[in-house]
Amino acid sequence: MIPSSFEYSAPSTLDEALKMLNELGDEAKILAGGHSLIPMMKLRFAEPEHLVDINNIPGLSYVKEEGEYLIIGAMTREVELEESDIVAAKFPIFLDAAKLIADPQVRNWGTIGGNLAHGDVANDHPAVMIALDAEVEITGQNESRWVSINEFFMGFYTTAVQEGEILTAIRIPNASGKNGNSYHKNERKVGDYATAGVAVNITLDDSGTCTAVGIGLTNVNPTPLKAERSEQALIGTKLDDAAIANAAQYASEDCKPSDDLRGSVDYKRRIVKTLTKRMIIKAMERAN
Amino acid sequence: MEIKIKLNGTEMTADVEPRTLLVHLIREKFSSTGTHIGCDTSSCGACTILIDGKSAKSCTILAVQVNGKEISTVEGLLTAEGLHPIQEGFKENHALHCGFCTPGMMMRAVELLEKNPNPSEDEIRWGISGNLCRCTGYNNIVSAIKYASAKIRGAELPSTEPKFV
Ligand SMILES: Cc1cc2nc3c(=O)[nH]c(=O)nc-3n(C[C@H](O)[C@H](O)[C@H](O)COP(=O)(O)OP(=O)(O)OC[C@H]3O[C@@H](n4cnc5c(N)ncnc54)[C@H](O)[C@@H]3O)c2cc1C
Ligand code: FES
Ligand code: FES
Repeated sequence: MIPSSFEYSAPSTLDEALKMLNELGDEAKILAGGHSLIPMMKLRFAEPEHLVDINNIPGLSYVKEEGEYLIIGAMTREVELEESDIVAAKFPIFLDAAKLIADPQVRNWGTIGGNLAHGDVANDHPAVMIALDAEVEITGQNESRWVSINEFFMGFYTTAVQEGEILTAIRIPNASGKNGNSYHKNERKVGDYATAGVAVNITLDDSGTCTAVGIGLTNVNPTPLKAERSEQALIGTKLDDAAIANAAQYASEDCKPSDDLRGSVDYKRRIVKTLTKRMIIKAMERAN
Repeated sequence: MEIKIKLNGTEMTADVEPRTLLVHLIREKFSSTGTHIGCDTSSCGACTILIDGKSAKSCTILAVQVNGKEISTVEGLLTAEGLHPIQEGFKENHALHCGFCTPGMMMRAVELLEKNPNPSEDEIRWGISGNLCRCTGYNNIVSAIKYASAKIRGAELPSTEPKFV
Protein backbone atom coordinates (compact mmCIF):
# COMPACT_ATOMS: atom_id res chain seq x y z
CA MET A 1 0.00 0.00 0.00
CA ILE A 2 1.39 3.37 -1.02
CA PRO A 3 -0.02 6.75 0.03
CA SER A 4 -1.42 9.09 -2.61
CA SER A 5 0.97 11.79 -3.82
CA PHE A 6 1.88 14.76 -1.66
CA GLU A 7 4.49 17.46 -1.34
CA TYR A 8 7.03 17.16 1.47
CA SER A 9 8.92 19.79 3.45
CA ALA A 10 11.17 19.41 6.45
CA PRO A 11 11.70 22.88 7.96
CA SER A 12 14.58 23.29 10.39
CA THR A 13 13.06 25.89 12.72
CA LEU A 14 9.75 26.20 14.53
CA ASP A 15 9.09 29.64 12.99
CA GLU A 16 9.60 28.29 9.50
CA ALA A 17 7.26 25.36 10.21
CA LEU A 18 4.55 27.65 11.62
CA LYS A 19 4.82 30.00 8.65
CA MET A 20 4.51 27.08 6.26
CA LEU A 21 1.51 25.65 8.11
CA ASN A 22 -0.21 29.01 8.05
CA GLU A 23 0.34 29.45 4.34
CA LEU A 24 -0.79 25.95 3.47
CA GLY A 25 -3.88 25.92 5.73
CA ASP A 26 -5.92 22.73 5.62
CA GLU A 27 -3.85 21.26 2.77
CA ALA A 28 -1.05 20.51 5.22
CA LYS A 29 -0.53 17.91 7.90
CA ILE A 30 2.23 17.73 10.46
CA LEU A 31 4.42 14.63 10.35
CA ALA A 32 5.87 13.65 13.74
CA GLY A 33 6.67 9.96 14.37
CA GLY A 34 4.34 9.08 11.52
CA HIS A 35 3.16 5.88 13.20
CA SER A 36 -0.48 6.88 13.16
CA LEU A 37 -0.43 9.15 10.13
CA ILE A 38 1.50 7.01 7.64
CA PRO A 39 -0.67 3.90 8.23
CA MET A 40 -3.75 6.10 7.66
CA MET A 41 -2.20 7.54 4.48
CA LYS A 42 -1.36 4.06 3.22
CA LEU A 43 -5.01 3.11 3.66
CA ARG A 44 -5.98 6.44 2.05
CA PHE A 45 -8.00 7.39 5.13
CA ALA A 46 -5.84 10.50 5.08
CA GLU A 47 -4.72 12.18 1.85
CA PRO A 48 -2.93 15.40 2.82
CA GLU A 49 -1.57 17.45 -0.05
CA HIS A 50 1.46 18.55 1.90
CA LEU A 51 3.38 17.00 4.78
CA VAL A 52 5.34 19.28 7.07
CA ASP A 53 7.90 17.05 8.78
CA ILE A 54 8.84 18.53 12.18
CA ASN A 55 11.55 15.96 12.96
CA ASN A 56 14.38 18.31 11.94
CA ILE A 57 13.39 21.09 14.34
CA PRO A 58 15.82 21.08 17.26
CA GLY A 59 14.70 21.59 20.86
CA LEU A 60 11.35 19.78 20.81
CA SER A 61 12.56 16.56 22.40
CA TYR A 62 13.32 16.54 26.15
CA VAL A 63 12.10 15.39 29.56
CA LYS A 64 12.90 17.83 32.36
CA GLU A 65 11.77 19.06 35.75
CA GLU A 66 11.19 22.80 35.93
CA GLY A 67 9.68 24.51 38.96
CA GLU A 68 6.39 22.84 39.78
CA TYR A 69 6.31 20.73 36.63
CA LEU A 70 7.60 17.77 34.71
CA ILE A 71 7.82 19.04 31.14
CA ILE A 72 7.90 16.75 28.11
CA GLY A 73 8.78 18.07 24.66
CA ALA A 74 6.24 17.15 22.00
CA MET A 75 8.80 15.28 19.86
CA THR A 76 10.01 13.11 22.73
CA ARG A 77 9.81 9.48 21.59
CA GLU A 78 8.09 6.83 23.67
CA VAL A 79 11.45 5.11 24.17
CA GLU A 80 12.96 8.26 25.66
CA LEU A 81 10.21 8.43 28.26
CA GLU A 82 10.75 4.72 28.96
CA GLU A 83 14.44 5.33 29.59
CA SER A 84 14.15 8.55 31.61
CA ASP A 85 15.33 8.45 35.25
CA ILE A 86 12.93 11.20 36.36
CA VAL A 87 10.04 9.23 34.92
CA ALA A 88 11.16 6.01 36.59
CA ALA A 89 11.36 7.72 39.97
CA LYS A 90 8.12 9.72 39.97
CA PHE A 91 5.89 8.59 37.12
CA PRO A 92 5.89 4.81 36.89
CA ILE A 93 2.51 5.25 35.15
CA PHE A 94 4.45 6.04 31.95
CA LEU A 95 6.40 2.80 32.24
CA ASP A 96 3.15 0.90 32.76
CA ALA A 97 1.80 2.51 29.59
CA ALA A 98 4.98 2.24 27.53
CA LYS A 99 5.16 -1.51 27.93
CA LEU A 100 1.64 -1.74 26.47
CA ILE A 101 1.97 0.79 23.64
CA ALA A 102 2.64 -1.07 20.41
CA ASP A 103 6.14 -2.59 20.33
CA PRO A 104 9.79 -1.47 20.61
CA GLN A 105 10.14 -0.45 16.95
CA VAL A 106 7.00 1.70 17.06
CA ARG A 107 8.12 3.23 20.36
CA ASN A 108 11.45 4.22 18.78
CA TRP A 109 9.50 6.53 16.45
CA GLY A 110 6.13 7.43 17.96
CA THR A 111 6.13 10.74 19.83
CA ILE A 112 4.22 11.77 22.95
CA GLY A 113 2.96 14.92 21.21
CA GLY A 114 1.73 12.89 18.24
CA ASN A 115 0.02 10.38 20.52
CA LEU A 116 -2.10 13.22 21.97
CA ALA A 117 -2.47 15.35 18.82
CA HIS A 118 -3.82 12.38 16.88
CA GLY A 119 -6.95 12.68 19.06
CA ASP A 120 -7.60 8.94 18.96
CA VAL A 121 -9.48 7.53 22.00
CA ALA A 122 -7.72 4.22 21.45
CA ASN A 123 -4.32 5.79 22.21
CA ASP A 124 -3.01 5.37 25.74
CA HIS A 125 -1.44 8.74 26.60
CA PRO A 126 -4.71 10.70 26.62
CA ALA A 127 -6.07 8.80 29.66
CA VAL A 128 -2.67 8.91 31.37
CA MET A 129 -2.46 12.69 30.87
CA ILE A 130 -6.03 13.13 32.15
CA ALA A 131 -5.13 11.23 35.33
CA LEU A 132 -2.02 13.40 35.76
CA ASP A 133 -3.98 16.64 35.15
CA ALA A 134 -1.57 17.66 32.38
CA GLU A 135 -1.58 20.82 30.30
CA VAL A 136 -0.61 20.99 26.67
CA GLU A 137 1.33 23.84 25.07
CA ILE A 138 -0.01 24.87 21.68
CA THR A 139 2.15 27.24 19.66
CA GLY A 140 0.90 29.42 16.82
CA GLN A 141 2.63 32.06 14.72
CA ASN A 142 1.85 34.85 17.14
CA GLU A 143 1.41 33.29 20.54
CA SER A 144 1.57 30.12 22.53
CA ARG A 145 -0.95 28.98 25.14
CA TRP A 146 -1.37 26.25 27.72
CA VAL A 147 -4.57 24.25 27.44
CA SER A 148 -5.86 21.90 30.13
CA ILE A 149 -5.97 18.29 28.95
CA ASN A 150 -9.64 18.33 29.97
CA GLU A 151 -10.33 20.87 27.23
CA PHE A 152 -8.00 19.32 24.66
CA PHE A 153 -9.97 16.43 23.15
CA MET A 154 -12.90 17.82 21.16
CA GLY A 155 -14.19 14.77 19.27
CA PHE A 156 -13.32 12.09 16.75
CA TYR A 157 -9.69 12.83 15.75
CA THR A 158 -10.14 16.49 16.70
CA THR A 159 -8.27 18.39 19.38
CA ALA A 160 -7.72 21.99 20.50
CA VAL A 161 -4.79 22.26 18.06
CA GLN A 162 -6.04 24.58 15.29
CA GLU A 163 -4.90 24.96 11.71
CA GLY A 164 -1.46 26.54 11.63
CA GLU A 165 -0.58 25.49 15.19
CA ILE A 166 1.84 22.95 16.63
CA LEU A 167 1.62 21.08 19.92
CA THR A 168 5.02 21.86 21.43
CA ALA A 169 5.08 20.52 25.01
CA ILE A 170 3.15 18.80 27.78
CA ARG A 171 3.51 19.72 31.44
CA ILE A 172 2.47 17.75 34.50
CA PRO A 173 2.16 19.38 37.92
CA ASN A 174 4.19 17.89 40.77
CA ALA A 175 2.06 16.41 43.50
CA SER A 176 2.26 17.76 47.02
CA GLY A 177 2.18 14.87 49.45
CA LYS A 178 2.54 11.14 48.95
CA ASN A 179 1.82 10.39 45.31
CA GLY A 180 1.31 7.21 43.34
CA ASN A 181 0.14 6.51 39.79
CA SER A 182 -0.57 3.51 37.61
CA TYR A 183 -2.00 2.41 34.26
CA HIS A 184 -3.19 -0.81 32.76
CA LYS A 185 -5.11 -1.75 29.67
CA ASN A 186 -6.61 -5.00 28.51
CA GLU A 187 -5.41 -5.94 25.06
CA ARG A 188 -6.13 -8.96 22.89
CA LYS A 189 -2.47 -9.44 22.05
CA VAL A 190 0.81 -7.55 22.38
CA GLY A 191 0.74 -4.35 20.32
CA ASP A 192 -3.04 -4.12 20.14
CA TYR A 193 -5.01 -1.03 21.07
CA ALA A 194 -6.90 -1.17 24.37
CA THR A 195 -10.12 -3.08 24.80
CA ALA A 196 -10.33 -0.78 27.81
CA GLY A 197 -7.68 1.03 29.86
CA VAL A 198 -7.62 2.86 33.18
CA ALA A 199 -5.12 5.44 34.47
CA VAL A 200 -5.10 6.52 38.13
CA ASN A 201 -3.07 9.18 39.95
CA ILE A 202 -3.52 9.55 43.70
CA THR A 203 -2.17 11.94 46.33
CA LEU A 204 -2.45 11.19 50.05
CA ASP A 205 -1.69 13.32 53.10
CA ASP A 206 0.24 11.98 56.08
CA SER A 207 -2.86 10.48 57.65
CA GLY A 208 -3.56 8.51 54.45
CA THR A 209 -6.52 10.65 53.40
CA CYS A 210 -6.88 11.13 49.66
CA THR A 211 -6.40 14.83 48.86
CA ALA A 212 -6.25 14.69 45.07
CA VAL A 213 -7.05 12.09 42.45
CA GLY A 214 -7.23 11.82 38.67
CA ILE A 215 -8.79 8.94 36.75
CA GLY A 216 -8.70 8.64 32.94
CA LEU A 217 -10.24 5.94 30.75
CA THR A 218 -8.99 4.67 27.37
CA ASN A 219 -11.15 3.57 24.43
CA VAL A 220 -14.51 3.26 26.23
CA ASN A 221 -16.04 6.59 25.24
CA PRO A 222 -16.26 8.80 22.12
CA THR A 223 -13.40 10.90 23.60
CA PRO A 224 -10.84 10.08 26.30
CA LEU A 225 -12.87 10.19 29.52
CA LYS A 226 -12.17 11.83 32.87
CA ALA A 227 -14.08 9.71 35.38
CA GLU A 228 -15.24 12.60 37.55
CA ARG A 229 -17.83 10.81 39.67
CA SER A 230 -15.21 8.16 40.51
CA GLU A 231 -12.73 10.85 41.49
CA GLN A 232 -15.29 12.50 43.78
CA ALA A 233 -16.02 9.15 45.41
CA LEU A 234 -12.40 8.95 46.56
CA ILE A 235 -11.58 12.52 47.61
CA GLY A 236 -11.52 12.94 51.38
CA THR A 237 -11.69 9.19 52.07
CA LYS A 238 -8.96 6.89 53.34
CA LEU A 239 -9.49 4.78 50.20
CA ASP A 240 -11.34 2.11 52.11
CA ASP A 241 -12.93 -0.82 50.27
CA ALA A 242 -16.32 0.86 50.04
CA ALA A 243 -14.92 4.05 48.48
CA ILE A 244 -12.91 2.05 45.95
CA ALA A 245 -15.94 -0.11 45.08
CA ASN A 246 -18.04 3.03 44.48
CA ALA A 247 -15.37 4.61 42.29
CA ALA A 248 -15.09 1.43 40.22
CA GLN A 249 -18.86 1.15 39.84
CA TYR A 250 -19.22 4.81 38.74
CA ALA A 251 -16.44 4.48 36.14
CA SER A 252 -18.19 1.48 34.61
CA GLU A 253 -21.51 3.36 34.54
CA ASP A 254 -20.22 6.70 33.25
CA CYS A 255 -18.27 5.47 30.21
CA LYS A 256 -19.94 4.85 26.84
CA PRO A 257 -18.11 1.99 25.16
CA SER A 258 -19.20 0.61 21.79
CA ASP A 259 -19.78 -2.95 20.69
CA ASP A 260 -16.95 -4.00 18.39
CA LEU A 261 -14.38 -6.69 17.62
CA ARG A 262 -12.75 -6.11 21.00
CA GLY A 263 -15.91 -6.98 22.92
CA SER A 264 -19.46 -6.11 23.88
CA VAL A 265 -20.54 -3.04 25.82
CA ASP A 266 -21.22 -5.12 28.92
CA TYR A 267 -17.83 -6.85 28.76
CA LYS A 268 -16.02 -3.53 28.44
CA ARG A 269 -17.88 -2.02 31.41
CA ARG A 270 -16.84 -5.01 33.49
CA ILE A 271 -13.22 -4.54 32.48
CA VAL A 272 -13.42 -0.85 33.40
CA LYS A 273 -14.82 -1.75 36.81
CA THR A 274 -12.15 -4.33 37.55
CA LEU A 275 -9.26 -2.25 36.21
CA THR A 276 -10.39 0.88 38.07
CA LYS A 277 -10.33 -1.03 41.32
CA ARG A 278 -6.94 -2.60 40.60
CA MET A 279 -5.34 0.64 39.46
CA ILE A 280 -6.56 2.56 42.53
CA ILE A 281 -5.04 -0.10 44.77
CA LYS A 282 -1.79 -0.13 42.80
CA ALA A 283 -1.49 3.68 42.84
CA MET A 284 -2.22 3.68 46.57
CA GLU A 285 0.49 1.07 47.19
CA ARG A 286 2.94 3.12 45.18
CA ALA A 287 2.05 6.26 47.14
CA ASN A 288 2.80 4.55 50.44
CA MET B 1 13.26 14.50 -4.44
CA GLU B 2 16.98 13.71 -4.29
CA ILE B 3 18.05 11.93 -1.10
CA LYS B 4 21.36 10.67 0.18
CA ILE B 5 21.77 7.86 2.69
CA LYS B 6 24.45 5.53 3.93
CA LEU B 7 23.32 1.93 3.39
CA ASN B 8 25.43 -0.54 5.35
CA GLY B 9 28.31 1.90 5.19
CA THR B 10 28.06 2.81 1.50
CA GLU B 11 26.91 6.27 0.38
CA MET B 12 23.87 5.97 -1.86
CA THR B 13 21.71 8.55 -3.61
CA ALA B 14 18.26 8.16 -5.06
CA ASP B 15 15.57 10.26 -6.64
CA VAL B 16 12.30 9.37 -4.90
CA GLU B 17 8.73 10.57 -4.75
CA PRO B 18 7.87 11.77 -1.22
CA ARG B 19 5.33 8.95 -0.93
CA THR B 20 7.92 6.21 -1.51
CA LEU B 21 8.17 4.00 1.56
CA LEU B 22 11.61 3.25 2.92
CA VAL B 23 11.14 -0.49 2.45
CA HIS B 24 10.49 0.04 -1.27
CA LEU B 25 13.56 2.23 -1.62
CA ILE B 26 15.68 -0.48 0.02
CA ARG B 27 14.22 -3.41 -1.91
CA GLU B 28 13.48 -1.91 -5.31
CA LYS B 29 15.96 0.93 -5.87
CA PHE B 30 18.84 -0.56 -3.90
CA SER B 31 18.00 -4.21 -4.65
CA SER B 32 18.60 -5.24 -1.04
CA THR B 33 15.82 -7.77 -0.84
CA GLY B 34 16.87 -9.21 2.53
CA THR B 35 14.46 -6.74 4.12
CA HIS B 36 11.04 -8.35 3.77
CA ILE B 37 7.47 -7.10 3.55
CA GLY B 38 5.15 -9.27 5.58
CA CYS B 39 2.03 -7.42 6.62
CA ASP B 40 2.54 -3.94 5.17
CA THR B 41 0.53 -2.68 8.19
CA SER B 42 3.26 -2.05 10.80
CA SER B 43 2.46 -5.25 12.69
CA CYS B 44 4.83 -8.10 11.79
CA GLY B 45 8.35 -6.63 11.95
CA ALA B 46 9.62 -8.47 8.83
CA CYS B 47 10.67 -5.08 7.43
CA THR B 48 12.73 -4.10 10.51
CA ILE B 49 15.95 -2.23 9.75
CA LEU B 50 18.12 0.13 11.80
CA ILE B 51 18.09 3.89 11.30
CA ASP B 52 21.13 5.43 13.00
CA GLY B 53 21.22 2.27 15.11
CA LYS B 54 17.56 2.33 16.14
CA SER B 55 15.22 -0.41 14.97
CA ALA B 56 12.29 0.71 12.87
CA LYS B 57 9.61 -0.77 10.65
CA SER B 58 10.57 0.40 7.18
CA CYS B 59 7.03 -0.11 5.85
CA THR B 60 5.91 2.77 8.08
CA ILE B 61 8.62 5.30 7.27
CA LEU B 62 8.97 7.47 4.20
CA ALA B 63 12.23 7.28 2.29
CA VAL B 64 12.51 11.09 2.41
CA GLN B 65 12.48 10.95 6.23
CA VAL B 66 15.85 9.18 6.33
CA ASN B 67 17.68 11.65 4.12
CA GLY B 68 21.20 12.00 5.56
CA LYS B 69 20.88 9.02 7.90
CA GLU B 70 22.59 5.66 8.22
CA ILE B 71 20.55 2.59 7.39
CA SER B 72 21.60 -0.93 8.37
CA THR B 73 19.94 -3.99 6.90
CA VAL B 74 20.54 -7.71 7.23
CA GLU B 75 22.97 -7.58 4.28
CA GLY B 76 25.36 -5.59 6.45
CA LEU B 77 25.63 -8.17 9.24
CA LEU B 78 28.21 -10.38 7.54
CA THR B 79 31.71 -8.90 7.63
CA ALA B 80 35.20 -10.00 6.60
CA GLU B 81 35.51 -11.58 10.05
CA GLY B 82 32.55 -13.83 9.29
CA LEU B 83 29.03 -14.14 10.60
CA HIS B 84 27.69 -11.59 13.06
CA PRO B 85 27.10 -13.19 16.51
CA ILE B 86 23.35 -12.95 15.97
CA GLN B 87 23.64 -14.81 12.65
CA GLU B 88 25.75 -17.46 14.31
CA GLY B 89 23.19 -17.69 17.11
CA PHE B 90 20.34 -18.26 14.64
CA LYS B 91 22.37 -20.83 12.70
CA GLU B 92 23.52 -22.80 15.73
CA ASN B 93 20.11 -22.83 17.41
CA HIS B 94 17.91 -23.65 14.42
CA ALA B 95 16.12 -20.37 15.01
CA LEU B 96 14.48 -20.28 11.59
CA HIS B 97 12.30 -22.52 9.50
CA CYS B 98 10.99 -20.64 6.44
CA GLY B 99 13.27 -17.69 7.23
CA PHE B 100 10.80 -14.99 6.31
CA CYS B 101 10.84 -13.27 9.70
CA THR B 102 14.57 -13.82 10.22
CA PRO B 103 16.12 -10.63 8.81
CA GLY B 104 13.73 -8.44 10.80
CA MET B 105 14.14 -10.57 13.91
CA MET B 106 17.93 -10.33 13.70
CA MET B 107 17.98 -6.56 13.11
CA ARG B 108 15.68 -6.06 16.09
CA ALA B 109 17.93 -8.34 18.20
CA VAL B 110 20.99 -6.31 17.18
CA GLU B 111 19.56 -3.15 18.75
CA LEU B 112 18.26 -5.05 21.77
CA LEU B 113 21.75 -6.43 22.50
CA GLU B 114 23.37 -3.09 21.79
CA LYS B 115 21.28 -1.50 24.54
CA ASN B 116 21.22 -4.46 26.89
CA PRO B 117 24.08 -6.91 26.25
CA ASN B 118 22.84 -9.38 28.88
CA PRO B 119 19.05 -9.48 28.65
CA SER B 120 16.91 -11.83 30.73
CA GLU B 121 14.55 -14.23 28.95
CA ASP B 122 11.68 -11.89 29.80
CA GLU B 123 13.51 -8.89 28.36
CA ILE B 124 14.26 -10.83 25.18
CA ARG B 125 10.61 -11.82 24.76
CA TRP B 126 9.40 -8.22 25.30
CA GLY B 127 12.25 -7.04 23.10
CA ILE B 128 11.02 -9.03 20.09
CA SER B 129 7.32 -8.44 20.77
CA GLY B 130 7.05 -6.41 17.55
CA ASN B 131 8.27 -9.31 15.39
CA LEU B 132 6.00 -12.18 14.42
CA CYS B 133 7.22 -15.66 13.52
CA ARG B 134 4.70 -18.15 12.17
CA CYS B 135 7.06 -21.13 12.21
CA THR B 136 9.42 -21.54 15.12
CA GLY B 137 7.26 -20.97 18.18
CA TYR B 138 9.91 -18.44 19.26
CA ASN B 139 11.81 -20.66 21.72
CA ASN B 140 14.77 -21.19 19.42
CA ILE B 141 14.82 -17.49 18.54
CA VAL B 142 15.12 -16.68 22.24
CA SER B 143 17.96 -19.24 22.49
CA ALA B 144 19.67 -17.64 19.49
CA ILE B 145 19.58 -14.22 21.12
CA LYS B 146 20.93 -15.67 24.39
CA TYR B 147 23.72 -17.30 22.39
CA ALA B 148 24.57 -14.03 20.62
CA SER B 149 24.53 -12.22 23.95
CA ALA B 150 27.09 -14.66 25.39
CA LYS B 151 29.22 -14.44 22.27
CA ILE B 152 29.23 -10.63 22.31
CA ARG B 153 30.13 -10.54 26.01
CA GLY B 154 32.83 -13.18 25.61
CA ALA B 155 30.96 -15.40 28.08
CA GLU B 156 30.66 -19.18 27.91
CA LEU B 157 28.37 -20.14 25.02
CA PRO B 158 25.13 -21.87 26.03
CA SER B 159 24.47 -25.41 24.83
CA THR B 160 22.84 -25.61 21.40
CA GLU B 161 21.48 -29.13 21.95
CA PRO B 162 17.75 -29.16 21.17
CA LYS B 163 15.59 -29.04 24.28
CA PHE B 164 12.51 -31.25 24.25
CA VAL B 165 9.72 -29.70 26.23
C1 LIG C 1 1.37 -1.32 15.06
C2 LIG C 1 1.03 -0.10 15.88
C3 LIG C 1 0.48 -0.29 17.13
C4 LIG C 1 0.17 0.82 17.93
N1 LIG C 1 -0.33 0.61 19.17
C5 LIG C 1 -0.58 1.67 19.98
C6 LIG C 1 -1.05 1.49 21.31
O1 LIG C 1 -1.24 0.37 21.78
N2 LIG C 1 -1.29 2.59 22.06
C7 LIG C 1 -1.06 3.85 21.59
O2 LIG C 1 -1.28 4.81 22.34
N3 LIG C 1 -0.63 4.05 20.34
C8 LIG C 1 -0.38 3.00 19.53
N4 LIG C 1 0.08 3.22 18.25
C9 LIG C 1 0.18 4.59 17.76
C10 LIG C 1 1.55 5.17 18.00
O3 LIG C 1 1.76 5.31 19.39
C11 LIG C 1 1.71 6.52 17.28
O4 LIG C 1 3.06 6.76 17.21
C12 LIG C 1 1.04 7.71 17.92
O5 LIG C 1 -0.35 7.53 18.04
C13 LIG C 1 1.20 8.97 17.07
O6 LIG C 1 2.40 9.57 17.28
P1 LIG C 1 3.34 9.94 16.06
O7 LIG C 1 4.45 10.74 16.63
O8 LIG C 1 3.70 8.72 15.35
O9 LIG C 1 2.38 10.91 15.24
P2 LIG C 1 2.07 11.04 13.68
O10 LIG C 1 1.58 9.76 13.13
O11 LIG C 1 3.20 11.69 13.00
O12 LIG C 1 0.87 12.09 13.76
C14 LIG C 1 -0.42 11.73 14.22
C15 LIG C 1 -1.36 12.93 14.05
O13 LIG C 1 -1.03 13.97 14.96
C16 LIG C 1 -0.63 15.16 14.28
N5 LIG C 1 0.54 15.66 15.02
C17 LIG C 1 1.64 14.93 15.38
N6 LIG C 1 2.49 15.68 16.12
C18 LIG C 1 1.91 16.90 16.23
C19 LIG C 1 2.29 18.09 16.91
N7 LIG C 1 3.44 18.16 17.62
N8 LIG C 1 1.46 19.17 16.83
C20 LIG C 1 0.30 19.08 16.15
N9 LIG C 1 -0.12 17.98 15.49
C21 LIG C 1 0.68 16.90 15.53
C22 LIG C 1 -0.32 14.73 12.86
O14 LIG C 1 -0.55 15.77 11.95
C23 LIG C 1 -1.28 13.57 12.67
O15 LIG C 1 -2.55 14.04 12.34
C24 LIG C 1 0.40 2.14 17.44
C25 LIG C 1 0.95 2.32 16.17
C26 LIG C 1 1.27 1.22 15.39
C27 LIG C 1 1.84 1.44 14.03
S1 FES D 1 5.87 -5.34 6.75
FE1 FES D 1 6.43 -3.74 8.08
S2 FES D 1 5.71 -4.45 9.98
FE2 FES D 1 5.00 -6.00 8.61
S1 FES E 1 10.88 -18.79 10.42
FE1 FES E 1 9.08 -18.72 9.25
S2 FES E 1 8.13 -16.92 10.00
FE2 FES E 1 9.77 -17.15 11.34
